[in-house]
Amino acid sequence: MSTRPADSGTTSGSLAWRERLFTTLQRRGAVVVLILVVAVSALAFDNFLTEQNLENIVLQGAFLGLIVVGMTFVIISGGIDLSVGSMLGLGGIIAAQTVQVFWPLALILPPLVCGLIGFGNGLLIAKAKMAPFIVTLAGLLGIRGLALALANERPIGIDTSSLFAWFGQGQVFGIAVPIVFVIVAFALGGLVLARTGYGRVIFAIGGSEESARLMGLPVDRTKVIAYTTSGALAGFAGALLAARLSAGDPNAGLAWELDAISAVVVGGTLLTGGVGSMSGSLAGVLLLSILQNLINQVGTLGSYAQQVVSGFFLIIVVVAQAYLTRKERS
Amino acid sequence: MAMIREMGPRRTERVQMDRGATPNKSFDISTVTSWVRGRGVYVAFVVLVIFNLIVTPNFASIATLSTLLITVSPIVLVSLGVALAIGTEGIDLSVGSVMALASAFLPLYLGYGWPVGLSVALLVGALAGLVNGSLVAFVGVQPIIATLAMLVGGRGLAQIFAGGQSLLVTDPVVLWLGQGRPFGIPAPVIVAGVAVLVVWFLAKRTTFGRYVVAIGGNRSASFLSGHPVRRTLLAVYVISGLLAALAGIVATARLGASDPSNIGILIELSAITAVVVGGTPLSGGRVKVIGTVMGALLIQLISNTFIANNLPFTWAQVLTAAIILVAVYVQKGRGVA
Repeated sequence: MSTRPADSGTTSGSLAWRERLFTTLQRRGAVVVLILVVAVSALAFDNFLTEQNLENIVLQGAFLGLIVVGMTFVIISGGIDLSVGSMLGLGGIIAAQTVQVFWPLALILPPLVCGLIGFGNGLLIAKAKMAPFIVTLAGLLGIRGLALALANERPIGIDTSSLFAWFGQGQVFGIAVPIVFVIVAFALGGLVLARTGYGRVIFAIGGSEESARLMGLPVDRTKVIAYTTSGALAGFAGALLAARLSAGDPNAGLAWELDAISAVVVGGTLLTGGVGSMSGSLAGVLLLSILQNLINQVGTLGSYAQQVVSGFFLIIVVVAQAYLTRKERS
Repeated sequence: MAMIREMGPRRTERVQMDRGATPNKSFDISTVTSWVRGRGVYVAFVVLVIFNLIVTPNFASIATLSTLLITVSPIVLVSLGVALAIGTEGIDLSVGSVMALASAFLPLYLGYGWPVGLSVALLVGALAGLVNGSLVAFVGVQPIIATLAMLVGGRGLAQIFAGGQSLLVTDPVVLWLGQGRPFGIPAPVIVAGVAVLVVWFLAKRTTFGRYVVAIGGNRSASFLSGHPVRRTLLAVYVISGLLAALAGIVATARLGASDPSNIGILIELSAITAVVVGGTPLSGGRVKVIGTVMGALLIQLISNTFIANNLPFTWAQVLTAAIILVAVYVQKGRGVA
């Protein structure tokens, strides 16, 4: 999938291949690392490549993956969405509270409500020109408060006999339903980002918002759509997670916005906007998920070490990226 | 650069005032709105205090005041560092985890006496800041990512070093830092007050403070002017780490035990809120020290108000979110985007 529109042609012949190598590494780095990690883990752990374990890994990353699709759009456009973790919590609560009334509502309302909130975020950012960081930080606090208030600060159980539970626990052709949804989301997201005019505008805004505006591109509308999508996907992820766990937990998704940002950044998308890819983000999510799986497999490492490894991994990736970007520029 | 940015808004204000001043010196609304814009946090604080005086029973008491000031102290300490980082157009998300690191290390070395214990805890904070600062200044990693990694990894490290346990602190000197009351003033309040004075002096009265806002205003211009950009950035994150460690020490002393799992959790959000509500723009180039303190007081007073009136605490979060949005929206006229 495409990364940056209109690459400049390489100049000198002898340096061309090195330049291209650095560029490829920076943009496809996550995919390369993913292949390496899978290969090494397959050799090191006997039960890594089993069907069961692979499904676990993907399922673990599925709910985060939905959020990451929206986050990729937002970050490439030069923004950030800190409210997604709270949206996921709110989505789960809405699902749990509406499922008894009429179960399809539990699937439709969470993305609708969270999409509306995302729409509000987008309006404040695009029209009122407020910083995305602030607007979505307020969202992070306020939406979590709302989710906790709606749930009376307690998880709400969901009847497992309901058809709604199938969307979290059922299978289609032997694949867990949430995985199907996340595959569709990434495929659609990648397609929109790389093959449509909307995707081009997202890259253009991230590259230079001022230029995009001067070119007459619909900057405001594009941004509002990006934040709306991000919110709707987070709400939907919340509904699916609630179906999976048979409960809506108002604290679900706590600090997931940070995981989502990590996954996007690990995937080679620059936080400054204008550069990135959906395939990279997918690799980023899978890498984070595999990392967690490996730490569990080693077993001797506690959950504390897991955090240290995650933080360290993030730093290694961004330092490598910073180095490669600098090489590319010079 | 910094000078121009400082001058800009003030000059327009004066122009507005001149225009608005009619011969009979009548009351002018534009003067009031521009005054409120810059000091929205003070206005909101006063309004909330008046509201409390009317509604909350026993609000006007020394006990209420001292509870407010004690609970706000750690937030003020970390907010000061975050304000400096935001002034350079950066951010420090790691303050909560650095508090946890300091809390974990403090009891481990108290056996060698309180000077060693306190020094080690502060040193750990400075080291964490050094790592953040090096990544930002020398490697060129974005501040949000560099400090995010420290946020995730730092707390894990703290829990590993503490063995996942909460250790009791019995040293009287350290406990005094959290529980002492010299001249009736709680010690954490004094610590925070001294820190506020020091950071205010650093930001407003030293070359370092000028460099901070110059870098935040325009990093390349600052670099081309020969300012020590990297050294300044490094110093900012080290100071933020030190302040967070101090907050961790105070919080540990108040509890009487280290608690790396819970100390400082999510405090980065309160700190950023305090800084932004206090009028420091996220786009850098300005540091409002007193505004930051008022911002911290405001958000703490909001939650205290909810607790004192037995209202569901979760709605305090919703109200805080609304206040952030309103405060930032109102300040936008002064270049806070």
